[in-house]
Amino acid sequence: MDALWLARLQFGITSVYHFLFVPLTLGLSVLVAIMETIYVRTGDETYKHMTRFWGKLFLINFAMGVVTGIVQEFHFGMNWSEYSRFMGDIFGAPLAIEALAAFFLESTFLGLWLFGWDKLPKTLHATCIWLVAFASNLSAFWILVANSFMQEPVGFALRNGRAEMTDFFALLTNPHVLYQFPHTVLAGFVTASFFVLGISAYHLLRRSQLEPFRRSFRLALIMGLISSLLVAGIGHLQGQHLVASQPMKMAAAEALWDSADPAPLALVAVVNESQQANSFEIKIPALTSFLAYNRFQGEVKGLKDLQAAAAAQYGPGNYIPPVTTVFWSFRLMIAAGLWLILLALYSLYLWRRGRLEASPLVLRLLLWSIPVPYIANTAGWLMAEIGRYPWIVYGLQRVEAAVSPGVGAGAILFTLLAFTLLYGVLAVADIYLLARYARQGVAPGPDAGIVTNIGEVSLWI
Amino acid sequence: MDLNVLWFILIAVLFTGFFFLEGFDYGVGILVPFLGKNDGERRAIINSIGPFWDGNEVWMLTAGGALFAAFPHWYATLFSGFYLALFLILVALILRGVAFEFRSKDERPAWRNFWDWMLCLGSLLPALLWGVAMANLIRGVPIDGRMQYAGTFFDLLSPYTLLGGLAFLLVFLLQGALFLTLKTGEDLPERARQAGLRAGSAAAVVFLLLVIQSYSQTDISSRPLAAPALWGALVTLVLAWWLLRSRRYGGAFFLNGLTIILGTAALFSGLFPRVMVSSLNPEWSLTIYRASSSPYTLKVMTIVALTLVPVVLIYQAWTYWVFRQRVKARDMRY
Repeated sequence: MDALWLARLQFGITSVYHFLFVPLTLGLSVLVAIMETIYVRTGDETYKHMTRFWGKLFLINFAMGVVTGIVQEFHFGMNWSEYSRFMGDIFGAPLAIEALAAFFLESTFLGLWLFGWDKLPKTLHATCIWLVAFASNLSAFWILVANSFMQEPVGFALRNGRAEMTDFFALLTNPHVLYQFPHTVLAGFVTASFFVLGISAYHLLRRSQLEPFRRSFRLALIMGLISSLLVAGIGHLQGQHLVASQPMKMAAAEALWDSADPAPLALVAVVNESQQANSFEIKIPALTSFLAYNRFQGEVKGLKDLQAAAAAQYGPGNYIPPVTTVFWSFRLMIAAGLWLILLALYSLYLWRRGRLEASPLVLRLLLWSIPVPYIANTAGWLMAEIGRYPWIVYGLQRVEAAVSPGVGAGAILFTLLAFTLLYGVLAVADIYLLARYARQGVAPGPDAGIVTNIGEVSLWI
Repeated sequence: MDLNVLWFILIAVLFTGFFFLEGFDYGVGILVPFLGKNDGERRAIINSIGPFWDGNEVWMLTAGGALFAAFPHWYATLFSGFYLALFLILVALILRGVAFEFRSKDERPAWRNFWDWMLCLGSLLPALLWGVAMANLIRGVPIDGRMQYAGTFFDLLSPYTLLGGLAFLLVFLLQGALFLTLKTGEDLPERARQAGLRAGSAAAVVFLLLVIQSYSQTDISSRPLAAPALWGALVTLVLAWWLLRSRRYGGAFFLNGLTIILGTAALFSGLFPRVMVSSLNPEWSLTIYRASSSPYTLKVMTIVALTLVPVVLIYQAWTYWVFRQRVKARDMRY
């Protein structure tokens, strides 16, 4: 096992793990903020209980997102020092701005929200959670600005052996980030909606604490439906952009070996990467062309042609990403998304007819579907990041040139095992706590830990 | 003043802010299992930093981000070179961060006790290791002509650098104890005072040794500001200890805060204009010019930083005002 391979594996594991917690933070912060706003406006105590209940689940998840995020920030220097040297001029700026503009806001106002229930006026207290929600989503923007440069470099010049920034504004309006940011944030809203829907469904099934969970269900259903439809819509536009900006990734996502006009869409395929062919596929004629151009003609470049073009441009080498992985993660993402849309639509139908609570099957499906957005999020990132292989920065730097030359395979293996083990243990503890509190519900039990003010300290942990 | 110098100063300020703010919450974290006799007391100790620690930690994240943005080679050489040390800091910070959130979410004593110890360890390791890392920065490490760290993890551990780590740890411990004398009630302030006196005496001895050793181990004596700042830090440390003894807690906290500020100032003024000293060849040291981003990026970042930093300072200060009262153990029920 060489250092490069281990470093890639470590980055994959720590990033995917970090991104298990981020989407829920993005969406749940907004849902909690909405609940508290309704409470402040109406004075209805049920919404206060809801705010505190979902707020607690938010916090357990948030902590995991924060601590795994710290690892991500220093990772580039540790395992990818040559990447950092090559890209620091461009990549460091959004990272630093993320900390300055978003992390400070997020952590400071979360502290105020958490400990300030009886120290701040109600409106100000609700403002705190809105600021947390705003800051979380703002931090997603900055990190995606950084990531988008890796997918689609803009506003730079190659000087002094590195990519130097020439136009900061171009970085912010990178076409890639204009698709990626709403797609990612809305996926977070979907994740949070189905998290709330699933847990609410559990309580509706048990017929416990009906009122708060009916209301939670309704809020999450509205958000889930709108956001899942929008994610799909933006995803479609993003795919169209990809055909132009990263044709290799798109061809791999479709396992399209030969250029075709019109290009068919393979629903499933058995990809044979060494033969550069699919040994089996079920395809719909012209559909890829349609998805790419909104009409049933138009050439979509195949992997072989793109490989030849890349070799001519960048010199000999293999420029085809791992097709099987990209192909299947793409399908997994879309299938998960479609499932969520259908489930939300059907739930809405039952809800409107007043039959939802009499449909245990649907409620169970909702509960079991809590992991589905997570699968979609992970698959989406795998497609996006593995799809740019062998590049770490598209067309500018290859992965093998980016790794730290001074860090040996042994050191990386050691930290890889340690992080994986630690992350595994924490996942168990995290799920245990989430499940425990989710089951308990909003009823302030003896150990619910919610202490309204006594004396000088507000304690809500 | 050119932007490279400005960014060197800004990064020094960010590290100073980080050590000043997180110094006391590392100290408090270390003291949790020792000073808290029961669950309520431990909760009160943790709550004294509850609203602040996360915001304080962002100072470190911002310093890291600023290093990356303004001096990418510094970021790259430092973190790939100090690989295992940084890894240990990260593990500690993970355990510490979740400990805050997890410890009270289950009432079993074994669970709480475990996370309290994780909080202690997770605060102790970074305090120590940041000290070791900073001492290495100023003493110099094997950096070759291609800006690559050419040593191993064990090259980072010398008597001098361990002394640096111990000095950081003890000064932070004192600062944490001082913070608790100000923020807690009942018997806790007195117990914190005792702990602070012990940590303070040890800190003074270790710091004196560090100052003396710095003359032979580093070129700090040839730098105009560094040596006076270092001696000044020792003086404020002893004064803080003395004020603590006479129960003037506010002044003691302020003075030991000054120790942290002066110590960090000594370090960065000793480095300037280098950012990492090469022990192999002075020519190979990273400087604010060799390690920096392009002038354009520095300009963009300057505008961003000058706009955002004042805003951050205002709302962080406001947080301390909102939570200015003492935290008392008897006020807490579960």
